[in-house]
Amino acid sequence: MNNQRRNVLKTGTGAAVLGALAAAGMIAPGIALADWNKAAFEAKSMADTLKALGATQPADSKDVQVTGPDIAENGAVVPVGVTSAIAGTTMVAILIDKNPNALAASFKLPEGTEANVQTRVKMGQTSNVYALVKAGDKFYMATKEIKVTLGGCGG
Amino acid sequence: MATKPMRIRASTKDGVTEVKALIAHEMETGQRKDANGAVIPAWFITELTASHNGKVVLASEFGTAISKNPYLAFKFKGGAAGDKVAITWKDNKGETRTDEAAIG
Amino acid sequence: MVNPQKYIVLALAATLGSLPLGASASDKLLDGINEYREALADGNPSELVAAEGEELWKTPRGPKNASLEKCDLGLGAGVVKGASAQLPRFFKDTGKVQDLETRLMTCMETLQGLDPKAVVEAKWLKGEKEKMAALVAYVVTESNGQKIKVDTRHPEMKKMYELGKLAFYYRTGPMDFSCATCHGDQGKRIRMQELPDLRTQEGAAAGWGSWPAYRVSNGQFWTMQHRLNDCYRQQRTAEPIYGSDVTIALSVYLAATANGGKVVTPGIKR
Repeated sequence: MNNQRRNVLKTGTGAAVLGALAAAGMIAPGIALADWNKAAFEAKSMADTLKALGATQPADSKDVQVTGPDIAENGAVVPVGVTSAIAGTTMVAILIDKNPNALAASFKLPEGTEANVQTRVKMGQTSNVYALVKAGDKFYMATKEIKVTLGGCGG
Repeated sequence: MATKPMRIRASTKDGVTEVKALIAHEMETGQRKDANGAVIPAWFITELTASHNGKVVLASEFGTAISKNPYLAFKFKGGAAGDKVAITWKDNKGETRTDEAAIG
Repeated sequence: MVNPQKYIVLALAATLGSLPLGASASDKLLDGINEYREALADGNPSELVAAEGEELWKTPRGPKNASLEKCDLGLGAGVVKGASAQLPRFFKDTGKVQDLETRLMTCMETLQGLDPKAVVEAKWLKGEKEKMAALVAYVVTESNGQKIKVDTRHPEMKKMYELGKLAFYYRTGPMDFSCATCHGDQGKRIRMQELPDLRTQEGAAAGWGSWPAYRVSNGQFWTMQHRLNDCYRQQRTAEPIYGSDVTIALSVYLAATANGGKVVTPGIKR
C-alpha cells in the first residue's frame, strides 16, 4: 500500500501536478505532503488519540467552541466546526468520542488564518463532539453533545 | 480513476477572506460491506492544503469520518478581489488534485 | 461548556410544568432539526454534480459530435435559465408532454444522435443515467428561486394531469398502497420525516419544488424520475419504465398542484 502510494507520487500525474505547483511557488511541498498522522487517526479511544496528538491533559476552555446543531437528522453528514478565541491558536481538531476512530480532522492554522473552521463529519451514533485546540505549546478543549437520529456509518 | 473538479468560493469583506469549498470524493470509511459481504476498502482524502497567492493558509489532515463530498469553510486575513485561492488534496491511494478560484 | 439557552429552556420547562411535555419536547426537537437543515443548505453537494452537468451540456458528444447547447427545453433553443420551473410541458415538435429527462433524451437524440435507449436501460446513477443526472442537476440549478409555472391549458397536458391524479390515488401492490396513502393527509410523518400532503398546493410545492435533490444518507443526487421510481419500489409494486407516460403524468399532477410555489432545486434531503 505504502510502496504503491510512493510510486504513484513519484511517477504519476499527481506528482507532476504537485511538482509543477511547487515549482511555480503555489504550494510549499513540505506542507502539502506533510506526513498524515497515522497514529492519531488510527487510535480508537479519545485518550489514545489525544496521546497520539501530543495533547496530554488539555484544559477545558470557554474560549473554545464546538459549533453544530443539537440534533442531526442523518449521521452521514453532520455540520460541525471549531472556533477558538485563544490568541495564537495554531491547530484545531475535531474528535468524536463514539466513532470507531475518534479523530475526524485536524487543521494547522498559519498566522493570519482565523481559528474558525467548519466542515461536515460522519457520526455512527449520538456522541460528544470535542474541539481540541493548540495555542503556544498548550492544548485546550471544549465539547458538545450532538444527537443523531440515524447513524451514518452503515450506509 | 479520474478525479472530479472541486467547487471553491472565496469572497472578501472587511479585510477577511472567507473560503468555502466542496470537494468531490467518496470518503469511503473501510467499515462498510458490499452486497456480497466483502469489505469496501477505505478510500479517503488524507491531506488538504489551501493557499492564497502561493502562501499556505490552511493545512488539514482528514480521517475517514469526514463526510462524502467534503465541505470546508474557513477565513484568513487579507486577500483581494482577483487573488487566487488554490486547494490541493491527496488521498490514501495517492491520487491528488488541485483546483483554484479567484476571490470574488 | 455553559450554554445559557439550555438553562433558559430548563427554567421555562420548570415554571410551565403544566404544559403538555410531549409538545414542547417535540418542538425543541424540530427546532434542532431545522438548525441542522439550515446548516446544510449552504454548500449543497449537488453543486458538484451540476458543475459536471454544465461541462457535459457544452461538450460535443455522440455520432453527430454536437453539444446540447441548442437544446430547446421549452423556452427556446439553448435557454436553460428558468426552463425546468415550467416543466413538464407539451412540445409541438415531438407531439408529446415531456418532463425534463424525456426532453433531454429528445435533445440527445436529435442534436447528438444518441439513442435514448442507452439512458432508459442504464442502471440508476450508472453510465448514461449518471450523465443524465448530471445534466438534470445543471438544468434545475438554473431554475432555483423561480416560481413553479406549469401551463396545463393544452389538451394533452389536461389528459396527463387527469392520468397523474388517477395514478396518485391508484392503490396497488401487496400492501395496497397508493401515493396518497403516505402523501394524502395533513401532518403525517414517518419516524422524524414529515410527509408533505401532495394534494395541497403547499404540500405539492414543498415536495415537487425541492426535487431533484441530493440525499445525504447515500451521498447521491436523484432526478425526479429516480425519485418517482423509488416511490413505486417502496409501494412494493412494479417499477415504471424510465420516462414512461405514468411517470410524466404524475409529474404533471404534482407540478400543476404546486403551481406558484418556489423552486429550491436541487434540494438537500436526509
